[in-house]
Amino acid sequence: MDGLQRGSAAIVGVAESDLGAVAAEMSAIDLMAQGIHRALADCGLGLRDVDGLICATAQSRTSGLALAEYLGISPAFVDTTILGGSSFMFHVAHAHAALQLGLCKVAVIAYGSTQRTIGRRHASVREYNPYETPFRPFLPSTAYALAASRHMHEFGTTREQLAAVAVAARQWALLNPVAWEKKPLTIAEVLAARMVSYPFTVRDICLVTDGGGAVVMTSAERARSLKKAPAYVLGTGQAITHANISSMPDLTVTGALASGRAAYQMAGLGPGDIDVLELYDAFTINTILFLEDLGFCNKGEGGAFVEGGRIAPGGSLPVNTNGGGLSYCHPGMYGLFLLIEATRQLRGECGARQVADCEVALGHGNGGVLSSQATVILGTATTV
Amino acid sequence: MDRVSQSPLAVYQAYLDRGELAYQWSPEANRVVFFPRVICPFTSSDRLEWRVSAGLGMVYATTVTHPREGAPYNVALIDCDEGFRLMSRVEDVTPEAVHIGMRVKFRIHRPDGDEPAYPVFAPVEGA
Repeated sequence: MDGLQRGSAAIVGVAESDLGAVAAEMSAIDLMAQGIHRALADCGLGLRDVDGLICATAQSRTSGLALAEYLGISPAFVDTTILGGSSFMFHVAHAHAALQLGLCKVAVIAYGSTQRTIGRRHASVREYNPYETPFRPFLPSTAYALAASRHMHEFGTTREQLAAVAVAARQWALLNPVAWEKKPLTIAEVLAARMVSYPFTVRDICLVTDGGGAVVMTSAERARSLKKAPAYVLGTGQAITHANISSMPDLTVTGALASGRAAYQMAGLGPGDIDVLELYDAFTINTILFLEDLGFCNKGEGGAFVEGGRIAPGGSLPVNTNGGGLSYCHPGMYGLFLLIEATRQLRGECGARQVADCEVALGHGNGGVLSSQATVILGTATTV
Repeated sequence: MDRVSQSPLAVYQAYLDRGELAYQWSPEANRVVFFPRVICPFTSSDRLEWRVSAGLGMVYATTVTHPREGAPYNVALIDCDEGFRLMSRVEDVTPEAVHIGMRVKFRIHRPDGDEPAYPVFAPVEGA
């Protein structure tokens, strides 16, 4: 994004709220507040320091009001941009701009969802679309399945290759104590699971959990005085290509191509410089599409790329090290968790799943039905 | 400025009610526009003409969606020969038999009750 200064802002605090299945009657705003409390403790700041409030959830129409009231703050800068699961990557760029312009000094980005407790249908009400709803697409699964059908047709991508993405995510999840899934998974088990929308079985599709969290951002200057090593924002990029799947220009090419290019350009980096990748894996095809569009392999080669454990623990490219939306946590808008994991990997806090010598992390968010794509490249102090 | 007397959806639906699949044409962009709108997304002009499709097209993408209860069904994206794409389903064959590249022809589906008519497709014989 023109105008944003590479490395002039940083993520300084991160935290998840309660995850998985939260206590009865917990609200999305409760989880946001809990995430903010923990993320501020993570960096040694307090609510009194927060003058930028950024949030998104499908469960509160005016979440900025609800959260400000709840926290008892009157923030100088507010942003409640909501573009699906990638919203939080858009938020990072917006916070970066606000910090750079002096609109606020400390911004929190928060998310909360209780979709598992209250049911996905209640958490995220589908809007009626007269051009799609009559055909009963089971959204979002049907839309991503249509994209997968094109990838399989054009490039020969197989169900086994899709399953390899789910298996790799599960292997990472087994190294993450807070991941929802606790048992190993095989390609055969993915293929044999309940079919949802061909080629996807339920194991090709993200979890339905509760969860939330928060990320604290401030200027690079202030970041250096805080508790933990900052994750500097080196590059950001965004792209919107459509809202509904019937308007997506080419089902095998996503806006990640444009958002990735913009983020790489701002960062002055390329795919070869990335040590760890956190990709929005709502469906197994996502990981393959984003590996291609973000330049880790050629278009059409993503299926072969993920075979043989290449993106699993011990593979040559660590992808979705928290276990991903497929096996760790997916409350409906997953993007915030990619930022949390990317930051922790750069700090070296990830224990058994820690990627060695991790200096540059890429978090890529996806929203809607491959509709909004946003890329954030973070780096340690040595990369600024 | 002229007030819009009939929404783009209402015009589209009126064509469907007559058994016709309509789309818009932007003379300034020299391109088709679908779904119907009040301005052209290529030129931002509000000059959009209505045309009736010949109803022939090809399956661009397809899936079989399996509901928790009831029979699996097809959901497809159809590229009509005039150059617009829409969501629909292909009937007269099992949902698994629908394949990308299949030639299909429009027909109107009139559901029971209050639900408005909508476009579905069937394989072109001998294609």
